[in-house]
Amino acid sequence: MSALAMILADSAAAREGDRSARGRLAILALSALLLAVAAVSVATGASDASVLGVLKALAGLSEPNALSVRDRLIVLEIRAPRIVLGALVGAALAVSGALMQGLFRNPLADPGIVGVSAGAGLGAITFIVLGGTVLAPVTALFGIYALPMAAFLGGLVSTLALYRIATRRGQTSVATMLLAGIALGALANAMSGVLIYHADDRQLRDLTFWSLGSLGGSTWAKVAAAGPIIVVALAATPFLSRGLNALALGEASARHLGISVQAVKNVAIVAVAAATGAAVAVSGGIGFVGIVVPHLLRLIIGPDHRYLLPASALLGASLLLLADAVSRTIVAPAELPIGIVTAFFGAPFFLWVLLRRRGLLDL
Amino acid sequence: MIEARQVSVAINRKPILRDLDIQAPPGQLTAIVGPNGSGKSTLVKALSGDLAYDGQITINGGDLAAMRPAQAALWRAVLPQSTTMSFPFTVGEVVRLGMTGGRSGALLGAQDDLPARALDKVDLSGFSGRLYQELSGGEQQRVQLARVLCQVWAPVLEGRPRYLLLDEPVSSLDIKHQLIVMKIAREFTARGGGVVAVLHDLNLSAAYADRMIVMRKGRIAAAGSPGQIMESRLLSDVFECPLDVGALPPATIPFVLPQAAASS
Repeated sequence: MSALAMILADSAAAREGDRSARGRLAILALSALLLAVAAVSVATGASDASVLGVLKALAGLSEPNALSVRDRLIVLEIRAPRIVLGALVGAALAVSGALMQGLFRNPLADPGIVGVSAGAGLGAITFIVLGGTVLAPVTALFGIYALPMAAFLGGLVSTLALYRIATRRGQTSVATMLLAGIALGALANAMSGVLIYHADDRQLRDLTFWSLGSLGGSTWAKVAAAGPIIVVALAATPFLSRGLNALALGEASARHLGISVQAVKNVAIVAVAAATGAAVAVSGGIGFVGIVVPHLLRLIIGPDHRYLLPASALLGASLLLLADAVSRTIVAPAELPIGIVTAFFGAPFFLWVLLRRRGLLDL
Repeated sequence: MIEARQVSVAINRKPILRDLDIQAPPGQLTAIVGPNGSGKSTLVKALSGDLAYDGQITINGGDLAAMRPAQAALWRAVLPQSTTMSFPFTVGEVVRLGMTGGRSGALLGAQDDLPARALDKVDLSGFSGRLYQELSGGEQQRVQLARVLCQVWAPVLEGRPRYLLLDEPVSSLDIKHQLIVMKIAREFTARGGGVVAVLHDLNLSAAYADRMIVMRKGRIAAAGSPGQIMESRLLSDVFECPLDVGALPPATIPFVLPQAAASS
């Protein structure tokens, strides 16, 4: 059967309410959306650099001149890494949210809300402040990967602590999870505060901008540092979808169905910590992507993780690129930290989800 | 055969089950009855491998404690008392989860219509596209039974029997569906599988079970055929209230007897 025939068959099935057909179509549509958003992103910005000109120059169709050299620099060394990094971070944050929600069996779990990002931030700040002195040997050993690794460790410790605290005998309490998340986040932020207090002026400026969340200053080096970690974490998710679907029945029933629940939990927790850690390390505190994206998708394609996880990666990447476009243009030629943009849209969304579910939660 | 030898379970150091010996042979429906808090559900949890226990539990001769979840899932399916789903899954999606397990999933892969047939069995045909969360408690319980049936659709696999462990399968069902569920259990045993069911209704147990195990305070108070167990003194003693067992109740009290029970 040709690809087109498959799409037609799926759209017919989707109209009849087959949600897995709808899931496949959504993934296709979201892939197209991501390509479109990336194309628009690379073509727009504070400078009027011409993408077409750059592509022509690259292909050898036009003679390089002074203008096209500048454009080339802007497109290839400023915009392109920023778009690649933005897409990776968006995918990482959205998938982390979907994984945590599946793991905690709750649509309100999100690395930003339950303190995992704060833990990753503590790891990153520890490295930024101490990386040149106390932790210099670590820097020497891991090079560009040292910062994302530090954030990964911070995120891993908070995820593990949260899971231990919020889960008893396979049952996760929503209230405990959210409250423990607040406490863990506050603790991580307090420890970060102590470190920031000891930071010098240059580090302080870095830290302030970083903590608001920003894709500014994206370089291919940052892509190289965070990219592989995020890609590996994303690559693990297809192996988790069956287990996370079964987990929706509860841990005992998932085990009865033949799922090695502990293995699913371990892989999910490490994947969340790695994806969140790498994202936080290169872009700071960008919130709410992990809660908005999976929630929207569940409304459309349902909660089956086989489709939800890849769709979350695609939509998360697209939405973050859109938010980045807003952050770059709304106060041009300056730019607003992207974390402020996502919070402006995400926080009201989170409240809306809470209100809708108020009756279902034991809060 | 599912067999428990000298099984004890303690939760928070409080002993719940003490030195139980139980045999649930294939081809038979074994009913577990007893007052609240006597350890019935704990027993099912231990047999399902959910709780740490002392002693030994075997399924078809294999040690349960040494089985990986995927192995155990091949030979037995477990219906919990109630199941809340954390996300808005449809009924069809929930039932299909029964085909999740590694090998049992692969074995069933070709039978795409299994969820629909299972839903038909529990009298929920046409419910496939409905949202699980919007069903009544009794309907949800039947959806879960359909999921469990999908997991062990063939009662005998590679010449070896498979088992259903049912924890109060009829507790939230109306009388029609109680009978449907008990008939499904009987059919499963008739085709060579084994069923262990925790039941509250003594009459239902007597009508459908091959063997009854009466629990009291974490021990087995009595075990035997319904004829041996349905005995006034024994039941009055175990349930701590005066009970009369008779072929028919006194004429002054109106009663309803399911016809299916009388004819089986």
